[in-house]
Amino acid sequence: MAAPKASLHLVAPVWNGGTRGIGGLSRVVAPEGNQKKGRSLLQFLADRFYDVEALRDHLLRKQVSKVHQKNRPFNHINQRYGPYVAGAYFILKQGGAVRFQGREWIRPNQRGHFSLDFLKLQAVPVEAVDASGCAINYQGLDSLLALKELQSLWLQRCPHVDDWCLSRLHPLASSLQELSLAGCPRVSERGLACLHHLWNLRRLDISDLPAVSSPGLTRILVEEMLPSCEVLGADWAQGLKLGPEEQPRDTAGPTPA
Amino acid sequence: MSEIKKKIQSILPGGDWNPLYDTSYLPPEGSDVVIVGGGVLGLSVAYWLKKLEKPRGAIRVLVVERDHTYSRASTVLSVGGIRQQFSVPENVQLSLFSVDFLRNINEYLAVADDPPLDIQFNPSGYLLLASEKGAAIMENNVKVQRQEGAKVCLMSPEQLRNKFPWINTEGVALASYGMEHEGWFDPWCLLQGLRRKVQSMGVLFCRGEVTRFVSSSNLMKTASGEEVNLKRIHEVHVKIDQSLEYQPVECAIVVNAAGAWSGQVAELAGIGNGPPGTLQGTKLPVELRKRYVYLWHCPQGPGLETPFVIDPSGTYFRREGLGHNYLGGCSPTEEEEPDPGNLEVDHDFFQDRVWPPLAQRVPAFETLKVRSAWAGYYDYNTFDQNGVVGPHPLVINMYFATGFSGHGLQQAPAVGRAVAEMVLEGHFQTINLSSFLFSRFYSGEKVQEHNII
Repeated sequence: MAAPKASLHLVAPVWNGGTRGIGGLSRVVAPEGNQKKGRSLLQFLADRFYDVEALRDHLLRKQVSKVHQKNRPFNHINQRYGPYVAGAYFILKQGGAVRFQGREWIRPNQRGHFSLDFLKLQAVPVEAVDASGCAINYQGLDSLLALKELQSLWLQRCPHVDDWCLSRLHPLASSLQELSLAGCPRVSERGLACLHHLWNLRRLDISDLPAVSSPGLTRILVEEMLPSCEVLGADWAQGLKLGPEEQPRDTAGPTPA
Repeated sequence: MSEIKKKIQSILPGGDWNPLYDTSYLPPEGSDVVIVGGGVLGLSVAYWLKKLEKPRGAIRVLVVERDHTYSRASTVLSVGGIRQQFSVPENVQLSLFSVDFLRNINEYLAVADDPPLDIQFNPSGYLLLASEKGAAIMENNVKVQRQEGAKVCLMSPEQLRNKFPWINTEGVALASYGMEHEGWFDPWCLLQGLRRKVQSMGVLFCRGEVTRFVSSSNLMKTASGEEVNLKRIHEVHVKIDQSLEYQPVECAIVVNAAGAWSGQVAELAGIGNGPPGTLQGTKLPVELRKRYVYLWHCPQGPGLETPFVIDPSGTYFRREGLGHNYLGGCSPTEEEEPDPGNLEVDHDFFQDRVWPPLAQRVPAFETLKVRSAWAGYYDYNTFDQNGVVGPHPLVINMYFATGFSGHGLQQAPAVGRAVAEMVLEGHFQTINLSSFLFSRFYSGEKVQEHNII
């Protein structure tokens, strides 16, 4: 897409009708497609021997099941201590941080250990969750959605959070005020469209989302969709080429509508 | 030099060497299952057959598709929506499983060394509007849907205006909004993903047309002493594209997944040849019906949160992409059915039948500009607009997976699994689709769906 000169209008991407051609799989490749240049020894052998192919499949399946294992719900903790403690335990086990109402942040240390003092906070709601970099996925959100008074949720750089996960956040609409999705590789503008359920949202961070096709336009549309929310990230002028005399102005940018 | 290399490769074991002439374009001489039709339903059946078979590699499957560019296939011309807001509980279950399949598509359809699939799912949900007359039916439907596990909420006109200020709620008494598991996606990607996976599992593809079934019949007596003529298909004659040559393929099971042309394939098998009113005389009531889809641009139109909106008049629309483009259309009434002979688009239909209700429902659509349009076929089931799944009672080795009248794409993964279970086990295991069997056409029990667009 040609970038027009700055301080003019942002051209909306035109839907080029008729691309339902026979074309190969190039259109359907996810931005994070693992196309390694140069074939590894394992791939070479797997093409020639059934045993190696079966081994490779087994290793790939093990990776997938590891993520599933990390996201399993802790039902016994839920039954004994209640949903808040179960949710907090889940997040801490994944490597994230939790803050109960009126308390400090609880984080696991370098080796992943954390103190179990919070087990007595059965009736104290969880207010903030920092799940940055955790391997939380669609299944794992079960534990988070039970935290009915959650006000702030940070999902920065989570590799498995995608559009499906965002569509699941609507039960938190009455309490959630801050959401951060910065750097999630699988979140695209289609998932951002279902954030309109979160009418209480005041801060939304959508910076650095590689799967979003036009960050500037997406930010404008999200701001229109959530009028009372402050949308961070994706500068509207991102992707535009600025002339040399206009450089200092690009950090300001026009006030959002 | 390359000719010699090719010749040597074909002679070595594993190559297809035929000393008389090259037959690599012909289908094999025998195959356990022949699937007529290579669209999303046919490929889904092939996938689940290969996935559920025991032991691995036991079943040989051949998919016969005469249109290798898929230029007239309903799958790729579809608008790509998926919803659970149906009135028949089996439809809701089928749709829920299919959404599950789509969400985990990279686990189901993973092929080593190939990039993961991105079906571009928009989880924006469906918004069905109902007038005064339809409000009670809608409430009942939502109760059924919630029982099956769909996440649907009912909205009053007041709530509708608050949430979507661009809607004109005049004439709307109730609305049902799908919060999760509903939306739209790219059907071409699903088709290619299935094709790629199914090829890696060893299913053979043939570019040809089924012209004849060779079958044998047996006069048998039922338990009550009646005489029935049971037929069994032994061979399928596959005519090669653009040639007079055909290959007889010996088969054990034939799956009719030919979409809009399933009625013609069923006639080839002799289904419906008999005195009317008997089981032999009951035809497969699936016909071609042409439907138009229009793409327009409206810069003041509804924003990013727009769901797939279905008006009480039957008109529907959804957003497409980020640039204020919208797709939509309307199903014509029985009298206005266009001629399904070709896929030409009638633009007057948009002016007369689609635009007025749209502009009335969404005032911003009064100024819009149509960018393009296309037409596709519904495999329309004239009996009750719901799918036909399972074996035929008389032609005992023909299985149907067709007749979904516009919601085949969204139920394809689940229907594929149901047919594979029927073929491999003899009965439905996960979702019970016994009310979708062929015999209902003879006994007259309609599975009427109140939510077809």
